[in-house]
Amino acid sequence: MPKRQDLKSILIIGAGPIVIGQACEFDYSGAQACTALREEGYRVILVNSNPATIMTDPKMADATYIEPIEWRTVEKIIEKEKPDALLPTMGGQTALNCALDLERHSVLEKHDVEMIGAKKEAIDKAEDRNLFREAMLRIGLDMPKAAVAHNMEQAHTVQETVGFPTVIRPSFTMGGSGGGIAYNKEEFVEICERGLDLSPTNELLIEESILGWKEFEMEVVRDSKDNCIIICSIENLDPIGIHTGDSITVAPAQTLTDKEYQMMRNASLAVLREIGVDTGGSNVQFALNPEDGRLTIIEMNPRVSRSSALASKATGFPIARVAAKLAVGYTLNELDNEITGGKTPASFEPSIDYVVTKIPRFAFEKFPKADDCLTTQMKSVGEVMAIGSTFQESLQKALRGLEADKAGLDPVVDLNAYDARNKIRSECISARGERIFYLADAFRLGMSVEEVFDLSRVDPWFLAQIQDIVSIELQINGTSVTDVDADKMFALKRKGFSDARLAQLFCSSESSVRERRRALNIKPVFKRVDSCAVEFDTQTAYLYSTYQLECEANPTDRKKIMILGGGPNRIGQGIEFDYCCVHASLALREDGFETIMVNCNPETVSTDYDISDRLYFEPLTLEDVLAIIDVENPDGIIVHYGGQTPLKLAEALEKSGANIIGTTPDAIDLAEDRERFSKMLQELGLKQPLNGTARSLEQAQDIADAIGFPLVVRPSYVLGGRAMEIVYDKDSLEHYMHTAVQVSNDSPVLLDSFLDHAIEVDIDIICDGEDVVIGGIMQHIEQAGIHSGDSACSLPPYSLASNVLDEMRAQVIAMAKKLNVIGLMNTQLAYQDGEVYVIEVNPRASRTVPFVSKAIGVPLANIAARVMSGVSLKAQNFTKEIVPKHFSVKEAVFPFNKFLGVDPILGPEMRSTGEVMGIGKDFASAFDKAQLAAGSRAPENGKAFVSLRRLDRNELIDLGKKLSAQGFSLVSTRSNRDMLNEAGLECEVVNKVSEGSPHVVDMIKNDDIDLIINSTEDIQGVTDAAAIRCQALVHKVPFTTTVAAAFAMLNGLKANNKLTITKLQSLHS
Amino acid sequence: MSQVALLALEDGKVLHGKSIGANGETLGEVVFNTSMTGYQEILTDPSYAQQIVALTYPHIGNTGTNSVDEESDKVHAAGLIIRDLSLMVSNWRSDRPLGEYLKINHIVAISDIDTRALTRHLRTQGALKGCIIAGDEIDQEAAIAKAQSFSGLKNMDLAKVVSTAQSYKFNQGSYSLEETKFNKLDAKFKVVVYDYGVKKNILRMLVNRGCDLTIVNAQAPVETILAMNPDGVFLSNGPGDPEPCDYAIKNIQILLEKDMPLFGICLGHQLLSLAVGATTQKMKFGHHGANHPVQNLHTKQVMITSQNHGFSVSEENMPNDLKVTHRSLFDNSIQGISVVNKKAFGFQGHPEASPGPHDMSGLFDIFIQEMNE
Repeated sequence: MPKRQDLKSILIIGAGPIVIGQACEFDYSGAQACTALREEGYRVILVNSNPATIMTDPKMADATYIEPIEWRTVEKIIEKEKPDALLPTMGGQTALNCALDLERHSVLEKHDVEMIGAKKEAIDKAEDRNLFREAMLRIGLDMPKAAVAHNMEQAHTVQETVGFPTVIRPSFTMGGSGGGIAYNKEEFVEICERGLDLSPTNELLIEESILGWKEFEMEVVRDSKDNCIIICSIENLDPIGIHTGDSITVAPAQTLTDKEYQMMRNASLAVLREIGVDTGGSNVQFALNPEDGRLTIIEMNPRVSRSSALASKATGFPIARVAAKLAVGYTLNELDNEITGGKTPASFEPSIDYVVTKIPRFAFEKFPKADDCLTTQMKSVGEVMAIGSTFQESLQKALRGLEADKAGLDPVVDLNAYDARNKIRSECISARGERIFYLADAFRLGMSVEEVFDLSRVDPWFLAQIQDIVSIELQINGTSVTDVDADKMFALKRKGFSDARLAQLFCSSESSVRERRRALNIKPVFKRVDSCAVEFDTQTAYLYSTYQLECEANPTDRKKIMILGGGPNRIGQGIEFDYCCVHASLALREDGFETIMVNCNPETVSTDYDISDRLYFEPLTLEDVLAIIDVENPDGIIVHYGGQTPLKLAEALEKSGANIIGTTPDAIDLAEDRERFSKMLQELGLKQPLNGTARSLEQAQDIADAIGFPLVVRPSYVLGGRAMEIVYDKDSLEHYMHTAVQVSNDSPVLLDSFLDHAIEVDIDIICDGEDVVIGGIMQHIEQAGIHSGDSACSLPPYSLASNVLDEMRAQVIAMAKKLNVIGLMNTQLAYQDGEVYVIEVNPRASRTVPFVSKAIGVPLANIAARVMSGVSLKAQNFTKEIVPKHFSVKEAVFPFNKFLGVDPILGPEMRSTGEVMGIGKDFASAFDKAQLAAGSRAPENGKAFVSLRRLDRNELIDLGKKLSAQGFSLVSTRSNRDMLNEAGLECEVVNKVSEGSPHVVDMIKNDDIDLIINSTEDIQGVTDAAAIRCQALVHKVPFTTTVAAAFAMLNGLKANNKLTITKLQSLHS
Repeated sequence: MSQVALLALEDGKVLHGKSIGANGETLGEVVFNTSMTGYQEILTDPSYAQQIVALTYPHIGNTGTNSVDEESDKVHAAGLIIRDLSLMVSNWRSDRPLGEYLKINHIVAISDIDTRALTRHLRTQGALKGCIIAGDEIDQEAAIAKAQSFSGLKNMDLAKVVSTAQSYKFNQGSYSLEETKFNKLDAKFKVVVYDYGVKKNILRMLVNRGCDLTIVNAQAPVETILAMNPDGVFLSNGPGDPEPCDYAIKNIQILLEKDMPLFGICLGHQLLSLAVGATTQKMKFGHHGANHPVQNLHTKQVMITSQNHGFSVSEENMPNDLKVTHRSLFDNSIQGISVVNKKAFGFQGHPEASPGPHDMSGLFDIFIQEMNE
């Protein structure tokens, strides 16, 4: 069936901010959907609150709304744009839930909007545990014993029938959030209560445990003529019990015979038909009992998902793109498989001739008190994928691509330690983020595959491969690399060993191993991902390295520029950098360069095979990047766009003769190296907070004596404020130096005087060596001391005087010129008592580039990439700072609801995973909208708990007055209450936690508090207040830990936003 | 220490690897198969007689071998070429590892081959004659010479070579993974199967649908078949070139005259087409995989099919009595035919799957329907 003519315009809902369970894979799918529908001539309307996405680029849709994804706002958009249809399957759970809300409130009916891709009934049937279960049993598919509960009483009844351990899954939550496995009554009650609360329908599914079974996924696509195809099967290395997002997964499935595979295939198709997914991609998850092959269905997603992004990258089949076309009426046979250049139709099943391994990336180091055991609730923040000729090769490539300081299966346990065996056993039994390394250590200890299987339930097929790697390591450990001949070296490289890992084993250096390897003429070849196992001749240049006979790279002799991506998402380095990389590629491609993308993150747009002329899906290590350079010999390399990952390689790449374009590695080092940088600032006559660099505790104490407390302390060369703290006294400094960091000559600790109550500013600029143009000045809402990535900010600044801004501009321009920046530079400045201080300078793309670009309507990353390739700012007609008339506010979004028990206070260490943007005619309305989009908007009235630290007390009265005026009644602790009373404000008093019950936490638990404003200063205060914040999180009470944010919030409420919506395309015209 | 092995092709290309099966040498036409599952079914499919199969999926042997997954009573493929033999078998149904299975069945096989490079070579050059030598004494030049000496499959009637010598009855239904046993069903139709190299799953799917099967030799006289008074005759898959099988073509012509319901798969489909007057041709490298989209020209429905053929029905000289019912969406080649005004039809791919998707199993139901009418 050709495409539908009755539809003219289609609304696509995005996934909103990056959170755990919903990352850039939905930018990838959404961007594909936008492009696919527009090339069919449909008018595409898009709503997504996340400015760091490619899909919200003004060119991607006809009408783009960076607005909160909640049904009232979307209704406004529907009223204005009058779309004929709504495609809800591209934006994850967020979009599905919003679409269901719109349906529930009859918005779609009222405005005559048709839901395409998946109907409400299908979504309900797939997502409602009970309906799903009934449906599966109806078509004869097996499911674990289970029943639904809506309250604790029902939950207990069900539990008795299914026994312990019990699996608890709340309905309609994303990433399985709020779920868990209970081994006893106490855990059961805790998880059920949390789940009931988190589920929007107050519904739980309580299930028989199938822990330890094998887990599989099938990615299915179906069209309106009931043509169904499987794109990819995925086998989880980690068995049932660990969320698939947190599992190491392998494609295709490895341990199924054809009979079992086809049984699973048939079941997947039956599930889609029964659920009624008319068109599009879906994901079906299975559990299989390894003892007898019993197959049960776990769940299905009637939309594109994280797994479908993985399947797309693993096979080369663009699921989201095809799904979008199917949604408007095409059938599979009418669409081309574009990776084969249209040689085959989309209606076939990819055959792959390699192995794909995905490994999740965790960020538990950011959440020290979080429970880091892997469960059915997803906790990882990113992932890395690797392609190899064998599982061993792809596993080892993925491990080094993870950037977790591992070169392969590096040992993590000292085998000589007295408790080594116990440690390894316990880590194998209850998986945490690093289990794969403990599995290897178990073999180092001499355990058998059977023993390790009994502990971990990881399939013996995978264990045998790990055991084999370990036994090869033991064979070569301590021998000399010079004794290795070509055959042996080839055999080792075929197993996926990195030069760095071999160096550890040969007690040599990575460069010596590489030298030896090259001398033996052992080099990787590059193979293509073509979705057809080379059955058809294809041109698409999507490549991976391997050690085999034939190289298929066939490099061209065009002018080429290579862009190094950011690797796996982590806190501090995420989608913003991928956005920049994509822009660099698109811009330079337009200018006639051949662009070469290197990245290993399957969630991203940058790894879409048609963004760049060539895509190398490879780990971003020196070895892997050098191998590509060997083959491609690019004219220039961009290392400035992928965050810290490629920057770390800059110097070594340059040494090896590669041409880094843009700002030089030396300038990058100059900005990063505290001592060199301080010298530069002195030369320029600029101020920075008093500081010092310590290579020992004694040095640190001396510096503290000289500067005074409080101090900001941190290791050098970090991103995202890793291990950054504010210390208030000698004891905490000593504690920090002992426990938080490992100080050495190579990695000193930086100490800065902490500028309390300073206003912090971020400035992004582009410099072409001659001119400097300011991209945007962002004033932070939270004061200095809160990591810039976690602070809300406003563009333009909302309270800084123009002479201050001019001073800041002058300073930034001076630094850019001094550093001889060619490209982007980000600067953080602080303003305190009439003085401007330089906090830090990063001559590279920053996290704020996409936000600024959306706010000012100029694609900075795009322009800067051209600057790096030699086109001046003048030639690009970008010569003047744009100060928009409207205000844009960026707000950070945090994963604290996944790590209950972790104190959600903001500090110098970045912990947010994503961001939203609010646009308004003034600061207050923009801020209010950003809060709404972030899901942290305060109620308009109610009872507000206010407790401020001494430093903030001079603002208490003003705050209290504003709260009262807004309609809040006040509650506070004694000292605050007294001050408020003296100023004539009524205020209820409540005990501090330390004063005993009934105290403030009791009030929160009883849902008596509607808003919390609580700032704390020293370590003790922070700890006391932690209980307040933690309970606020559990009971979903909006809270802020800074006075500045509280004022901004009140201003926002006062603006009494009438929910105006703004089309991005008309904002800058 | 594993022994070395070598693959030599008629054009002089030589690839070195490890021996993973029996020692010795083997000759055949080298073809590639892109199916990611079902290596045991492929090895035991009689259609692979005198063919050396290169599998494009790298890890082979992961699930071991078992007796249930055999498509005939022996390994028919002349040899096996893979990239990586599994270190460990992991499947609850496995009886023995693949390497051991190959040795027991005296199959010469080679691993550690860049199967992607080989596949590309075969795709551009077409299927090539080849020789695998495994063991202590390997002579590269001799191997190339041997590869060149192989007669090839053109004009080779292999159906009579692999066919059953004795007629036999078969009443085993499909294997139920849930119950770990073969289904047993009541028989309603008497069906004779001409065995040109039949796969067991074809027989099982017929039994599933209530057929009482008698399997006869490829050259069994049509008179003895008619004397059995069957409700229908099934023309099986099989190896080699259909054109030299004149006895089969003649027998089918007689069955058509008698208005016997006929269903042909693969070689059976080609023989049925030849019997009506079509011609067949050798393909460059054939279709061997489990992901081939085939469209029903009437319903427009697309099915993912299992394919394994090196010959196909030609577009030229199509008789008016033959109607094309299915086409491949890969290369538009003829995938299904029916004979006008007869209850006779054929399918080029493998509706019995094993290995491969089950999308086309409905064809068996059509055969049953036609016998019912």
